[in-house]
Amino acid sequence: MPILVLGLGNILLSDEGVGVRVIEALQERWTVPDGVSVVDGGTCGMDMLDIIASHDTLIVVDAVKTGAPPATVVRLTGDAVPAFFKGKLSPHQLGLSDLLATLRLHGEEPKTLVLFGCVPERMEVRLDLSPAVAARVPDLVDRVVAELRALGAAPHPNAGAHGDGEYT
Amino acid sequence: MAQRIVVDPVTRIEGHLRVDCEVDGGKVTKAWASGQMWRGIELILQGKDPRDAWVFAQRICGVCTTVHAITSVRAVENALKLEVPLNAQYIRNLIQGAHAVHDHIVHFYHLSAIDFVDIVSALKADPAATAKLAQSLSDWSMNGVSDFAEAQKRLAAFVGSGQLGIFGSGYWGHPAMTLTPEVNLLAATHYLQAIEFQRRINKVVAILGSKTPHIQNMAVGGVANPINFDSQSTLTLEKLYYIKQLIDEVGDFVRKVYIPDVCAIGAMYADWTQVGRGIVNYLACPDMPLDTTGTQMALPGGFIEGGDLTAGFHAISGFGDPYFEKGVKESVKHAWYQGGKGALHPYEGETVPRYTDWQDDGKYSWIKSPTFYDKRAQVGPLANVLCMYAAGHEPTVRWTNAALSLMSGHLGAPVGPDILHSTIGRHAARAVRAAVLYEELSRQWTLLMENLGKGDFTTFNKPVFPKGEIRGFGFHEAPRGILSHWVVIENGKIRNYQAVVPTTWNAGPRDENDQPSPYEAALLDNPVADPEKPLEVIRTVHSFDPCLACAVHLTDTESRSTYQVKVA
Repeated sequence: MPILVLGLGNILLSDEGVGVRVIEALQERWTVPDGVSVVDGGTCGMDMLDIIASHDTLIVVDAVKTGAPPATVVRLTGDAVPAFFKGKLSPHQLGLSDLLATLRLHGEEPKTLVLFGCVPERMEVRLDLSPAVAARVPDLVDRVVAELRALGAAPHPNAGAHGDGEYT
Repeated sequence: MAQRIVVDPVTRIEGHLRVDCEVDGGKVTKAWASGQMWRGIELILQGKDPRDAWVFAQRICGVCTTVHAITSVRAVENALKLEVPLNAQYIRNLIQGAHAVHDHIVHFYHLSAIDFVDIVSALKADPAATAKLAQSLSDWSMNGVSDFAEAQKRLAAFVGSGQLGIFGSGYWGHPAMTLTPEVNLLAATHYLQAIEFQRRINKVVAILGSKTPHIQNMAVGGVANPINFDSQSTLTLEKLYYIKQLIDEVGDFVRKVYIPDVCAIGAMYADWTQVGRGIVNYLACPDMPLDTTGTQMALPGGFIEGGDLTAGFHAISGFGDPYFEKGVKESVKHAWYQGGKGALHPYEGETVPRYTDWQDDGKYSWIKSPTFYDKRAQVGPLANVLCMYAAGHEPTVRWTNAALSLMSGHLGAPVGPDILHSTIGRHAARAVRAAVLYEELSRQWTLLMENLGKGDFTTFNKPVFPKGEIRGFGFHEAPRGILSHWVVIENGKIRNYQAVVPTTWNAGPRDENDQPSPYEAALLDNPVADPEKPLEVIRTVHSFDPCLACAVHLTDTESRSTYQVKVA
């Protein structure tokens, strides 16, 4: 049951890149077991077809707009994920929903879909996250780790990471 | 009385392009193309180490990461006058060629074919009749009755599930959709097959680039691919032979499916060879360097003035050609930036926003307007193919003539290169380019193997930055046309960085002399049967393969999965 953890977003636009920043933090703190791939997808589209197709479970981390206050974290699963991307919430919606639809047409869509989203505070041209969103990155990492544990694919903390991977 | 239609947004994947048209008597009489988001990503590069610029530059766009990475290192190498080892040139050439073939297949089958192909109509086709038709066009091995019956079943299930997804924005049953159900099924089936083949060629990028979607092997001075035939973690013989197999498989698809499909569908929509001409000045750069300095290039490029492929052609020789360097300027007269200094050369380029609302005769876009020696120029596969044709590049001449001859056969009358200056012509040129690139990929693979066979395993020359100011530019003939990066470096840090991207050339607003851009000019006289469903406008815009993510940057617009069409 290969699992893909995919971070989406444009790191040149501050909070827009939170999904990628979570992937970076995850890789810094944790080592995932065999069968789990962790990929920084940036803002890519069709390029990712092959990567997604080879996994049964897809965990997406992305910036989302839900109308909730900035730095709010959401979790969605199953059919709600493509529907969510179809709606109007993420700037990458066309890329990812098209990819998922294309894979469905080919009978290769992931069986399990989970989305962790974070509402951005600023989307201006700069590399760092806003303090509010940056403060949610450890939480998002923990939630991805918990998700992997629940799937029976518990990651191991890297040397130097504290306790069971909690941030201090 | 003229009616105004607004198509917003017009790209299926990323970015945000708005097109406004005035329609009178069933034809477009005036058009405006506008990038609806601010561009300023280059500002991030100011003050950065030039060796890292490509890492950030490849994030400018989600579709074209590779091309920005390659162009960025070329710009810095040009500033340093740094030579690049042969192996690194060949590896970069293989990456860029594979990426381009992948991109062209995706563009035709997955992004624009549904402007011409009615997926719903395909469900009514007779698979046996479709197979007969397909076999008359090509000896492709997957043109059997069962291939079409199976694809039709899959499409029916998909459409029946109500999840049209990728097809959700199609104009099914539009009067301008004129293919028979059988041709629609043929194209839809090849659409499904294309998904597999574009994936295979993209594996070449993944193997050589160490990782997709963002390649990791680029470096100012070469590539970071260690080559050691005895170590599995490097580029091994086994991987190199697998790359060759992937190139050949996709070459088969291009020759036996992509080219025949484009020519058949192009002939069936012959009226669209008379629409969408627009600007017939063409700009393309030479690419695929065959030496360490980029003096000798495998694929020629240049500038064509007034559509004249003989007297109007001026070649661009190689990296650093001052004819190209001196010709480029960008105007912000009609763009939402502070101006008043006239059109500026990219080294002097400024990006200071000044938003004014939409003004028909004033500012109306976030895209700047580039010109070449003060003239508008169309870029993209059509420009590239016409320049290579004008330069007498044998494979391009051969494939162009083959495509024109296929179309002539379908039409029952001879057609020449002049029909390429059109909406259909841009699709045909993209297919021709894919075939030319396939052949060039095979050649680059052989060159790499021969060079390795000589015992040369060098892939990197170390860059050293001098004190003081240096400047340079890099260009690359990317899938959407010429891409150039311009860098000014001071004491080893970037002082100014500008990317002049293909969609800027094509989709900019009017220029310093109020001349329309290629998009705006190509839309004039486009037929529009139903202003509520301006499929014809979308056909012409899509033929350019718009990608606005880098022409303007992407943001949190409440994006829609369908076009918002306003009739005012």
